[in-house]
Amino acid sequence: MPARGALLHSLTAQEAGQAARARRRKRLTALLFVLPLLLFILLAFVAPIASMLWRSVHHPTVSELIPRTIAELQRWDEHGLPDEASLAVFAEELHALARKRQSGRLAEELNRAFSGMSSVVKSSARQLGRLQPEQLATDGVPTLLKAHRNWSRSEVWYAIKRAGMTYTYDYYLTALDLERHPDEGIRPRDTQIYLKLYSKTLTLALIITLLCALLGYPLSYYLASLPENRANLLLVLVLLPFWTSLLVRTTAWIALLQTNGVINSTLLASGLLDEPLEMLYTSFATVVAMTHILLPFMVLPLYSVMRGIDPSYLRAALSLGDRPLPAFARIYFPMTLPGLSAGALLVFIISVGYYITPALVGGTDGQMISNLIAFHMQSSNNWELAAALGSLLLALILLLYWVYDRFVGASNIKLG
Amino acid sequence: MAGDKAFLQFIQVKKTYDHRTLVVKDFNLEVAKGEFITLLGPSGSGKTTCLMMLAGFEDVTSGEILINGRQVTSIPPYERNIGMVFQQYALFPHMTIRENLAYPLKIRKQPRQAINAKVNEYLALVELQDFANRYPGQLSGGQRQRVALARALIFAPDIVLMDEPLGALDKKLREQMQFEIKRLHEQLGFTVIYVTHDQTEALTMSDRIAVFNQGIVQQCAPPHVLYERPANLFVADFIGESNKLSGRIEAVDDQEVSVRLSDGALVRARKANCTQVGQPTTVSVRPEKLTFTDRLGNAGNQVRARFLTSHYVGEYIRYHFATADGTELVVKNMNDSSAPRLEPQQEISLAWLPQDSQALDRPEAPTPS
Repeated sequence: MPARGALLHSLTAQEAGQAARARRRKRLTALLFVLPLLLFILLAFVAPIASMLWRSVHHPTVSELIPRTIAELQRWDEHGLPDEASLAVFAEELHALARKRQSGRLAEELNRAFSGMSSVVKSSARQLGRLQPEQLATDGVPTLLKAHRNWSRSEVWYAIKRAGMTYTYDYYLTALDLERHPDEGIRPRDTQIYLKLYSKTLTLALIITLLCALLGYPLSYYLASLPENRANLLLVLVLLPFWTSLLVRTTAWIALLQTNGVINSTLLASGLLDEPLEMLYTSFATVVAMTHILLPFMVLPLYSVMRGIDPSYLRAALSLGDRPLPAFARIYFPMTLPGLSAGALLVFIISVGYYITPALVGGTDGQMISNLIAFHMQSSNNWELAAALGSLLLALILLLYWVYDRFVGASNIKLG
Repeated sequence: MAGDKAFLQFIQVKKTYDHRTLVVKDFNLEVAKGEFITLLGPSGSGKTTCLMMLAGFEDVTSGEILINGRQVTSIPPYERNIGMVFQQYALFPHMTIRENLAYPLKIRKQPRQAINAKVNEYLALVELQDFANRYPGQLSGGQRQRVALARALIFAPDIVLMDEPLGALDKKLREQMQFEIKRLHEQLGFTVIYVTHDQTEALTMSDRIAVFNQGIVQQCAPPHVLYERPANLFVADFIGESNKLSGRIEAVDDQEVSVRLSDGALVRARKANCTQVGQPTTVSVRPEKLTFTDRLGNAGNQVRARFLTSHYVGEYIRYHFATADGTELVVKNMNDSSAPRLEPQQEISLAWLPQDSQALDRPEAPTPS
């Protein structure tokens, strides 16, 4: 290294080599210490996210089930019916699937691409399966077209062609309430589900974050003004929710909020209400329960930042002639912003992706995007759509973080 | 300065935090306009509490604080027009130096042009023109201290309070800043109440020093009086070093008293807070006033002592002696040709002039007060 030679002019080559070796050894030891964690993160965090991102664009099932049909459809101009030869190939492949008892999988896949296709595929497969292989060439296509009128619709064939693409962005289109039409290109879907849900999720998260800030700020201020031992004691109370099971806490909210619950019966008994309030299974319940659960995430960074602010700052402002409230707004509040923004970011990001509480207390009104992702994972078995929805959520959070970094600066975050 | 009608007065000020013990017991002080007063004392002696009461951050349990004859105890801090320099500077970290300095002027709704001119003037005053647009975090300790000083002065307050402002600086910088503060004080003529526990700082900077101990002002006097004629043993001990010889008062006259030391020698000392014949007393002598007999002849007091050891300090040499009753004595002698060579256990006479010593209280028998 001749460039470094000038810097090391007082060291011999041997000494420089020794120093470099020592540094390498140190770095290697440090790496060894974090290696288990690194591997764990790789396996438990990076790999699943990567596989989710991959799955949202990679969908080979249909093209594996009916490869020749998909290849044939590439020639099709997307208008009218595919030509006889293509239909014959499809009839052949469906016949083969029926014989191998795999037509169910194709039915499920095509049903996802064009609703109502499940029974159509199954019954057509049954009818084709009854044919002998040598009959296929002559009777295949007529049997198919006779089996259901759907096979004569070009939309169905268009849907099959799209579903047969191994690499596809169609799930992202679905996740954004868009669809692709052979003539009109990309257009909005008739029923808007996901965009509404995204905006509701963001609204709820924003409300929860605001509530946490409004409740957490005065509390942290009070805690920071107490002597350390008393503050620590009260901080334990703040942390108490952390040590109770999430399920127990959420269930407690159910007991409180339900129609015959504690709040309603108290209000009814005191004569303030004539009939019980509908609180459980609304977005109100989601907001209340999540604010309660996420409050510590706001209080902890705020408290630690406020603890570090010397009282002499406010005193200095007063001695310079500022009144207490403006001094608080101009001096103290800006100094707490790192804690406030850290808390807000934590609460917001956690609540955007929250699942269990909205699922338990939110009803249909209080559902968030993660509940729908879970639905597609567990009930409708549409993992690709779930992955696309999840990737969009991830992108959304990264975007928010970028905006935050742009205007506030991520280096200003103080978590403790 | 002195002789003016009192500008700032503390009258019988008392302060308690827990409603049981008084942190400040009966604090009285009169300060003239333009005076530099230091409150000096060990930590927990009540000096900072007095400062905070004056600034308005602590309420007064009883007594009065007057500025220009006006009672201020019920005036909130933001209306007292008192500048304050804090130990940790308390510069607002999210504002630039310029914004920090402009802050008190903006509150006073001065026109923008006047604010700019004033800020530039004070930046020049503390020689930080080039740092106007930096943030406090980008400055060194000494620079921050200068900004804090300028900020406390820029709105022309009646009084400037400084709470151990140099405590966080290293020794060299501290001395530089002492000089800086003195320069600004002389240039601008504001009144300073300065709190410190560093006696050298107090001695070099102040017009007068109020020495605090246990919530009481032990003595309030100009530095040389405090050093040369301490009013009691605490002051003699707290300010500088002193040799303490115990004895009993034998005779009292106008200026001096005669004291029979415990080893039998009879010495004379300046009259201080021990004036009753027969009273136990401590004769206090500064190490640099104590000398070897051959240099004073027979003009002064004498005491026999045994040489123990000496420490070479550089500009002077410290000699340690013990009298017959075990009292340790220290002599500081300039490192010149007069510095004697002594053998261990060698017995010699040490001497001092009566006016360089005072008969002070003895801790075992506190003087009635």
